[in-house]
Amino acid sequence: MALIEAQGVHVRFGDRVVLEEIDLAVTEGELHGIMGPNGAGKTTFFNVLTGRVKPSRGRIRLDGEDLAGLGPHEIANKGVARSFQIMTLFDEFTARENVMVALPAFRARGFDLRRAVAGDAGLAEEADQVLASVGLAEKSAVVAKQLPYGERRALEIAVALAQRPRVLCLDEPTSGLGSDGKQRLLELIRSIRTRLTIIAIEHEMDFLFSLADRISVIHWGQVVARGTPRELQANEWVRRSNLGRFA
Amino acid sequence: MAQADAARLVTPAMLGLWLALGSVPLWIDRVGLYPYLGVEILIWSIYALAFNLVLGTAGLVSFGHGAYFGVGAYAFGLAQFNLSANLWVCLGVAVLAAGLAGLLVGLFISHRRGIYYAFMTIAFGQIFWTVAIKAYGITGGEDGLLKIARPPADFGVASFDLHDNVALYYFVLVVFAIVVVALWRLVHSPYGQVLAAIRQSETRAAHLGYPVWRYKLTVFALSAAVSGLAGALFAMAQRSAFPDVMGVNQSGLIVMMTLVGGGLVSFWGPVIGVLVYIVARDVIGALTFAWMLYFGLLFMAIVLFRPEGIAGMAKSLLARWR
Repeated sequence: MALIEAQGVHVRFGDRVVLEEIDLAVTEGELHGIMGPNGAGKTTFFNVLTGRVKPSRGRIRLDGEDLAGLGPHEIANKGVARSFQIMTLFDEFTARENVMVALPAFRARGFDLRRAVAGDAGLAEEADQVLASVGLAEKSAVVAKQLPYGERRALEIAVALAQRPRVLCLDEPTSGLGSDGKQRLLELIRSIRTRLTIIAIEHEMDFLFSLADRISVIHWGQVVARGTPRELQANEWVRRSNLGRFA
Repeated sequence: MAQADAARLVTPAMLGLWLALGSVPLWIDRVGLYPYLGVEILIWSIYALAFNLVLGTAGLVSFGHGAYFGVGAYAFGLAQFNLSANLWVCLGVAVLAAGLAGLLVGLFISHRRGIYYAFMTIAFGQIFWTVAIKAYGITGGEDGLLKIARPPADFGVASFDLHDNVALYYFVLVVFAIVVVALWRLVHSPYGQVLAAIRQSETRAAHLGYPVWRYKLTVFALSAAVSGLAGALFAMAQRSAFPDVMGVNQSGLIVMMTLVGGGLVSFWGPVIGVLVYIVARDVIGALTFAWMLYFGLLFMAIVLFRPEGIAGMAKSLLARWR
């Protein structure tokens, strides 16, 4: 049974149809890649999965539970975390504070006005463990906006991981990274994929083909091809399109 | 040091400030000023700190906050005339009325962002101002609510008369100290941290599982309630309540004071801004009627060259010095 499932998802903005009858089923522990050209509707699909955009019709189910009508915070609370293509960190916070605020234990105290955050060693320790898991152990006290680009990308993922999600949606995680940064990210995703279900939008085909169990190709708002990396490499449409070059 | 202070309920800076403020009635006459000025500075400082909860902590721009200051002032007077002459009852009614007004407005505006949010606050502020002007039978219209008394601060075992401005000054100083401690803790609590996260990215905060609108709603209501407390103290100090404090002009003043002082970067910024504004009004105002022109120029210079305000400048200088 699929852990997260989209059925007949249709999104239109005014007259423009952005997503048309998208179906997707991702099983627990799978790393599912999504690729497609710019403007294909990939990020819109992520926005639907995470509650930022309401579909015109269709359903999203998490472990069989219908997520229709839920907002981003409700879907996040059910265990769906995401990263953003355009990095969305809390720039004035340190790396530790960015992660700390994402921890479920912190969220549970969100309306606590009586205790000071600074005195809570338990939260700081938990945040530091998450930072260590993405290679940022030494950077916990650095303000996010002062981190180099690659480390900001890693922090973006650390924030999503701190939510202890069941499903992690990564929106173009390699965007803006150099080859070293991509290699480090590849290793990071390999290290976390064993304990998570991941859906990753990615333009870097080599990156995606080396990681994904299955890949869906979205074009003009529709899934035009789907399969394992090997199947997609043999797919006529993918081979003929620009996407095939990389495969 | 900053981290240690954040964990404290009362910091060394607070103690130093309270001590300094406690000495004000001892020397203020000798420098050509007067104790009532101190009362005004403290009341506006409470108001500015409350306002900065919305602006500096949560990043929400309100140009209509005078409404809640005014609601507190009127509620204090009306409670005194119609309910009870007891100081605590009147203050409680003022805080409750302003908090409820903030909650009501917050329900309408908390789903909005940026310029739409700011304009909605102006619109609601104007509604409250218009009601204050038009509801003559309740508020006294443009004439205001007059003959508001200064009830004694009755603690059961002892009662303090507040008719004298020095006595009132010390009473307001105690309220100021309580507000400072409460807001300091709030700003450094998980709730305050989530508000700071919302200020930086509403989108990210929502995707981390925080119901952003609920935080925006509650902080607006809390800020309105404390602004109402300041308004009640103002009505008590002035022995009257007038609609002008609810107007756009006065609402803009609190924004100016907070920004000039450096509310965006420092907890103490709003207090600095109030101090600079009120002292400038009295000192420069004694020399020229055009004193507001000079304060306006200062505001423009700060916005253009030092948007972090006086507190931000002081922080930079201190960092360089260290």
